[in-house]
Amino acid sequence: MSMTLTPEQQSILNGEKGETLAKVMKTLVMYGETFGAEKMVPVTSGYGHLVTSFGLSVMKPVYSLMDQLIGSGALSGQKFSVDPRPLDKNVPTTLLQDLVFKFMYSKQEDYEKQLQTLGLLDKDAFTCACYLEQVGNKPKKGDVLSWAESSAVVYANSVLGARCNRNSGILELFGSVAGFVPYFGLLTEEGRKATWVVEIQTTKKPEAQILGSAIGMKVTEDVPYIKGLTKFIGTELNDDATAYLKDFGAATASNGAVGLYHIEGLTPDAVEQGEKLIAKDAKTYIIDDAELERVQKSYPVIWKDPNAKPKLCFVGCPHLSLKQLHDWTTLLSDALAREGRSKVAIPTVFTSPVAVQAEFKKTPDYQKLIGMGVVLSYICPLMYMNNPLSGKMPVVTNSNKLRTYTSARYHTDAEILGILSKGGN
Amino acid sequence: MSKTFKGRAVVPGSVTANALVSHNGFNTLASFQKALMFKDKDAKCSDQNNPDIYEKPMHGAALCLPQTIGSTTGGMVLYCAAALGQQPACMLFSKPIDSLAAAGAILADVWTDVSMPVVDGLGDEFLASVQTGAKVEVREDGTVLVD
Repeated sequence: MSMTLTPEQQSILNGEKGETLAKVMKTLVMYGETFGAEKMVPVTSGYGHLVTSFGLSVMKPVYSLMDQLIGSGALSGQKFSVDPRPLDKNVPTTLLQDLVFKFMYSKQEDYEKQLQTLGLLDKDAFTCACYLEQVGNKPKKGDVLSWAESSAVVYANSVLGARCNRNSGILELFGSVAGFVPYFGLLTEEGRKATWVVEIQTTKKPEAQILGSAIGMKVTEDVPYIKGLTKFIGTELNDDATAYLKDFGAATASNGAVGLYHIEGLTPDAVEQGEKLIAKDAKTYIIDDAELERVQKSYPVIWKDPNAKPKLCFVGCPHLSLKQLHDWTTLLSDALAREGRSKVAIPTVFTSPVAVQAEFKKTPDYQKLIGMGVVLSYICPLMYMNNPLSGKMPVVTNSNKLRTYTSARYHTDAEILGILSKGGN
Repeated sequence: MSKTFKGRAVVPGSVTANALVSHNGFNTLASFQKALMFKDKDAKCSDQNNPDIYEKPMHGAALCLPQTIGSTTGGMVLYCAAALGQQPACMLFSKPIDSLAAAGAILADVWTDVSMPVVDGLGDEFLASVQTGAKVEVREDGTVLVD
């Protein structure tokens, strides 16, 4: 193997700390060498984050592997949060759906026990938006992470200035177990250079989820440097801007495979280095109103009946921040009042981390939201939609990620408010 | 007359199999989801957004693709497919392998007894010329011969 290892890393690889840990290290070394890494670097963040939160009955090989790790004492060296749970009894289901869910996620309890043994941060540390203040897994600028979950990785890299590759499930746990990750890609200065310049020339603030989708589809896994966005979202990383970037980033990562973006005059690397971040020969992508319209119209509707009346709405993929919960409560309340309604026209689920919900519940907006008939949940909408029976339902969402991975139909925030306040499609 | 392509052996190995070609990015989770859930030994592809390979058996095929896309569970899914004996005979990437596919291929190599050679960087011409059903021979050094 051509990677240069420290004596400590070499001894682990040689099996001096056991066969299982040696295999963990071998996996990380092979992974790094595939991408030209010459060394491993320590994981410096306080906490890890895992993508696999669901106890699918078919994932026996994963549970066996976890047992091997636990049995040999190869536990995570850092506590970690995990993506959202797949089930929540508060989310509307039919009896048949419940039966399928029971079968699908029959290993949930056992898997959560494994996670607790391996190093779960807290019994409720299940969210894709682990970096929100209330959850407490917010890395510092320059921290080296061993995370998976594409939306969390792109947020940590771009908005927080941390350093993390787009790791796969299991690999991210191995990094936390070994305490090292291979040094390549988005961990390096060179790998963080932008190979695309995106110029925003729209006449109004672009819908975050469509802008992210357009950029993701265009640049795929490259790094974009985005100009012209701060005139719409400001030059301060406040609650509004970070919520916008959370949703924007999730769309870039799911509609493409973006792990890092720079917003001129706003995100940490861009503020520090400006156009020095742009690689020589970077390509240009101009986005205007017509381009965003073209992208939105390109989304296929894969419902059996494209004109079906929606039966369920999900808002909050990725999970909503506290500010977003308040904003949606106000917007929805106003929209319902305009239509002379007191409750939403179709079953509606807002998803947010348990820790954020706890703060939200202390405010009058909580009763206001629940009073409008909205279910507040910690569920992963994607896991809900993976139930084949859910997949057949006409579900609407404002999440481009959910649209990409499931049969849910995407609508802008304004369109969703229209559906919730007027019904119909 | 066979055409020869030279790539990098990410996971070295030799195998001969019939090609299954995805011209678009291969969504690992969407493709294997049903096969894993319903224990389909043929591992028929369940990604309805990928018409090239939708409902075609992936197990035992020489899966030819540009890169993988989609959820970061992708590597774990590929590892599960391999551990459950549903994996392709080999994976042949026209582009440099992506981090999720690499993770899956390496996990399968280190943590299972399965042999699934993986070659990347075969070039756009490889994907343009190889047809589904064609006989493909993969050699240890990353050479790929297409009938």
